[in-house]
Amino acid sequence: MSGQAQRLTIAQAVRDAMRDEMRLDPTVLVLGEDVGIDGGVFRATDGLIEEFGPERVIDTPLAESGIIGLSVGLAATGFRPVAEMQFMGFVYPAINQLFSHAARMRNRTRGRMTTPMVVRMPYGGGIHPPEHHSESYESLFLNTPGFKVVVPSNPYDAKGLLISAMRSNDPVLFMEPKRIYRAFREEVPDEAYTVPLGSASIAHTGEDVSLIAWGSMTRVCHDAAEVLAVQGISAEVVDLRSLNPLDRDTFIGSVVKTGRAVVVHEAPKTNGFGAEIVAQINEHALMHLEAPVQRVCGFDTVFPLAHLEKLYLPNRDRVVAAAKQTMEY
Amino acid sequence: MPRTTVYEAVTQRLEILDIEGRVDAELMPELDPNRIIEFYRNMVLMRAFDNKALKLQRQGRMGTWPPIQGQEAIQVATAMAMEDSDWLIPAFREQAVMVLRGIPGHTIYAYWAGDERGSAFPDDVRCFPIAVPVGSQWQHGAGVGLSLKLRGEQAAAVVFGGDGSTSEGDFHEGLNAAGVFKTNTVFVIQNNQWAISVPLSKQTASETLAQKAHAYGVPGIQVDGNDIFAVHVAVTEALERARTGGGPTLIEAVTYRLGDHTTADDASRYRSDEEVEHWRGKDPIPRLRKYVEANGLWDEEREKSLDDEAREWVDAQVEALEAMPPQPLEAIFEYMYDEMPPHLEEQMAALKAEVDG
Repeated sequence: MSGQAQRLTIAQAVRDAMRDEMRLDPTVLVLGEDVGIDGGVFRATDGLIEEFGPERVIDTPLAESGIIGLSVGLAATGFRPVAEMQFMGFVYPAINQLFSHAARMRNRTRGRMTTPMVVRMPYGGGIHPPEHHSESYESLFLNTPGFKVVVPSNPYDAKGLLISAMRSNDPVLFMEPKRIYRAFREEVPDEAYTVPLGSASIAHTGEDVSLIAWGSMTRVCHDAAEVLAVQGISAEVVDLRSLNPLDRDTFIGSVVKTGRAVVVHEAPKTNGFGAEIVAQINEHALMHLEAPVQRVCGFDTVFPLAHLEKLYLPNRDRVVAAAKQTMEY
Repeated sequence: MPRTTVYEAVTQRLEILDIEGRVDAELMPELDPNRIIEFYRNMVLMRAFDNKALKLQRQGRMGTWPPIQGQEAIQVATAMAMEDSDWLIPAFREQAVMVLRGIPGHTIYAYWAGDERGSAFPDDVRCFPIAVPVGSQWQHGAGVGLSLKLRGEQAAAVVFGGDGSTSEGDFHEGLNAAGVFKTNTVFVIQNNQWAISVPLSKQTASETLAQKAHAYGVPGIQVDGNDIFAVHVAVTEALERARTGGGPTLIEAVTYRLGDHTTADDASRYRSDEEVEHWRGKDPIPRLRKYVEANGLWDEEREKSLDDEAREWVDAQVEALEAMPPQPLEAIFEYMYDEMPPHLEEQMAALKAEVDG
């Protein structure tokens, strides 16, 4: 099958990543709520139980802390569990297990024991769901040392980053942009391949302003870049892909080149990861800036119910307006 | 459409050795006399280890220490029933089990003295790190038990916690999952009656903690935790069940924390001297001493030589602790990730520059 590729959605690419790695590594297990017979509420584990059986694709009791607690026990004793939080909005009960144990096992045992586990979490808004199904909590995990935090924005990266995550010897939080799970298809190689963690990509090259984003907001930035191009502004889209480790060289390099930047994320603005990006631009590229860095983010509110979510979510026009503000400064 | 009983449960309590050192002949397990002497010896060593830590703390040579005085029988019996292939998942008052599993005493002293190297357990000892968060480790007991089961290992995960931690959700999630997956787990509650200042009566309205096992389809038993023979029997049964595919067991070992919660606590603020004295009368060590003396296994001379051994061993642990050179500052950074990311390299270099002046 080498050299073959198929046009897949992000959800399918995620599923294929787990399937391919489970074929290669018998220590990889999948566990979570409804991941077995149901194939996951987003079908991201579709077909895995048929191929690998209920001992490797484990439907757990409905208990997020339990899923992560079991995973810590499994990971510390030789397995590589891939745990699913059905929605990132439901991760709170598991925070103690994640923060106090998964993130600390290596340090607490002076490197003797590790927790090589992946926690997959569909995140973000835009699917008109009930409450607690739309949140983006990355900054919680980015202020807690010990995790890697990875966010793909397209099917190719989703498969390659997830395989890297499953091979990582550190716990990896893998945030899946559920809004674009099925929004588009891309060529995805059939075989297992990796996209390294800690490497951003220049998703679209430009000269005038850097649009820095991750996950589903990368798509919004692409759309904004198209509009800006029509108006004679050349925008560069930086897809961070991995928030920890963070590929500082790539986004700083982009800002040094363009002299202007807009950071875009769905999470609330205050104390969001965008603030960290701005701080690092200040530390490493301040003298190259032609204008203050802009942020286009969610509001500092609870994520609204379906009728108002469109108003909450950063959109193309807001990114265009922010980019123009940096041009007109 | 009658109203019927759909479930009824009975919870048993096991006692073999009374406070006068007499055993129930029917329940007494067959034990080699040398093993019984070893029970006694280990309890005495562990109490000396604990007492020394309290002294060191008062002298400013030890950090906060959680005493185990009164709880030695549970820990010694469990450690001695475990095989090398079994996993121990401690909470934070399990020093005796840990030492008897092969973690050097001075390493445990180092942890509580605030030295990162106190977490560097030997590679060949199957032991989780000390878990301070309270209750979260119950889940790891289920997870490790599942891991052993999935790999077909004839081994058990033995997870410890206190009575207070049974009020945490993780206790219930862990037992529930262990029941569902029939994991190779032994849950041991050291019910020492007090969670800092909160008595068991304020933790739960249940008559016992052992009965909570019924709700999760798991066998549960209460034992007199100051009776080393009862603990030995319950733990041995549970280990056998766990190792042979019979699933998990919950053991409630009823004991008493004769000391403070930690050296930062003053238990006289919330409990009476009378209560402490009452429990001192049930102390597991004099109780077993009465048994071994009455059965011709022990005498004053042996006691004296054991005291000497305990003192020498404990002193050697203190010496090893205090001979440790200072930690390098890298100890803060080096175990955060498999490979140190650039931002941590930078932070470490900056600290180094600051320290080196």
